[in-house]
Amino acid sequence: MKILVPIKRVVDYNVKVRPLSDNSDVDLNNVKMAVNPFCEIALEEAVRLKESGQASEVVAVSVGKSESQEQLRTALALGADRATLVESDSVLEPLAISKVLKKVVEDENPDLIILGKQAIDGDNNQTGQMLAALLDYPQATNASEVKLDSTNVEVTREIDGGLQTLKLNVPAIITTDLRLNEPRYASLPNIMKAKKKELNVIPLADLGLDTTSRTELLSVELPPSREAGVMVESVDELMDKLKNEAKVIQ
Amino acid sequence: MSILVIAEHDNNNLKASTLNTVTAASQLGGDVSLLVAGCNIEGVINESQTIDGVSKIIKCDNEIYKNFIAEDLSALVMEIADQHTHILAPATTFGKNLMPRVAAKIDSQQVSDIISVEADDTYKRPIYAGSCIATVKSNDDIKVITVRSTAFDAAGMSNSGVQVEELQGTDSLGISSFVSEELAKSDRPELTSANIVISGGRGMQSGDNFHLLDSIADKLGAAVGASRAAVDAGFVPNDYQVGQTGKIVAPDLYIAVGISGAIQHLAGMKDSKVIVAINKDEDAPIFQVADYGLVADLFTALPELESSI
Repeated sequence: MKILVPIKRVVDYNVKVRPLSDNSDVDLNNVKMAVNPFCEIALEEAVRLKESGQASEVVAVSVGKSESQEQLRTALALGADRATLVESDSVLEPLAISKVLKKVVEDENPDLIILGKQAIDGDNNQTGQMLAALLDYPQATNASEVKLDSTNVEVTREIDGGLQTLKLNVPAIITTDLRLNEPRYASLPNIMKAKKKELNVIPLADLGLDTTSRTELLSVELPPSREAGVMVESVDELMDKLKNEAKVIQ
Repeated sequence: MSILVIAEHDNNNLKASTLNTVTAASQLGGDVSLLVAGCNIEGVINESQTIDGVSKIIKCDNEIYKNFIAEDLSALVMEIADQHTHILAPATTFGKNLMPRVAAKIDSQQVSDIISVEADDTYKRPIYAGSCIATVKSNDDIKVITVRSTAFDAAGMSNSGVQVEELQGTDSLGISSFVSEELAKSDRPELTSANIVISGGRGMQSGDNFHLLDSIADKLGAAVGASRAAVDAGFVPNDYQVGQTGKIVAPDLYIAVGISGAIQHLAGMKDSKVIVAINKDEDAPIFQVADYGLVADLFTALPELESSI
């Protein structure tokens, strides 16, 4: 079984992102970049399936600028066997990325595609489902448990109010939620080994796809700020404020 | 303009998120149709006929849609997609699962999680965990949108006799099937619709200690939530999680206990009307957004709070 794991280069989750001074976009100058945390969970799941003998190969793929090779090297250090970057200078929307990934899937023929449920930059939560639609593959989003056999995969999903378990025909698409696993850190020997692993770069133009943007970003602003309130000294004072000032408790 | 809203329900009752989504749809200007697909949904249809601002209900009562499998439900939406200019659903796990599948099928770039309607083609949405708000214009012929329910008021339910049109289902694609569902049973209100929410963070130290929040929640009629740190630490299940990667809440009163206030968490609760923070670390960032802050050891403050209600 071959597993494809699409990963995205995003701003590190510790960075507090602000708008540019002209409000045309967010300011990403000189900020630390990383693998999207949900993509790390997806990769970890794929590597564990390989380590347990249920998968034979894990291929990482990214769509983005040349610098995304750094994140693919991280993926290789974490256990991916090889990687492909579809290089694009412009920022693509989820629909366009899904079209690019569809081409990669047609080329690689994986049995399973595992993605993060969302990227922490755009917070769109779209790419996995869109790729599933374009390929007519079954999907299980927000996975918290994955069980494989030769023709099916059983996935438990986090839904509002509880859990749902689905059975999907393979090939299938899975997107990962937080509790699926806890990703490992790359060891130094594995980081060294990753430098020798295969990393292909394909120019986006070679795929012959229309990836023009369908939406326009008109502006980016800070959200309305919330004023800090008052400090109270005791639970009694707090209850008094909630009852008589804020009037949110009777 | 002709707007289609996909109703979220459990085959018995409408979910509140559907009402918020109808309000967003009404703000676009145009006729609003509501697609109700499920199995044995008479009760949901009756409820739907009372929603203000809905001019037509499209009913599809078929065993195939009982569990709202995205593959089959998106195929059904496709049947009527081209009769509409906008297709909306709530940005809950239901809508997030379904809508991108619809969008890709009709070659439209979905706009996720909108918090305001600026024009029929322009919307505001949070990005980077709510650190910034983007204003986005869609140029697609059919706009596919998910709606953050806390950002829109619920539509009223004083309408009557809205016409119902029946839609034949499609055959099941048969590529995925429902196995089982485990829904948390609780007498408390749902997190996303509760008037009061009390949440615990890493400071709770263990899952057992959440009973301190439970007893306060029972007295206040509140829902219990948690920060991602508390979920990651295994104290409580993920459906407790409030934040960018969990649920977005905006109750009248939000009480954060032992929560430091990471951006990730603030993204999920900062639109609450009144925020209370109880934390023993006086430098915790949560105090910067709290209306009332109490620096205290939660293991003393919580029992005191409970006995004072």
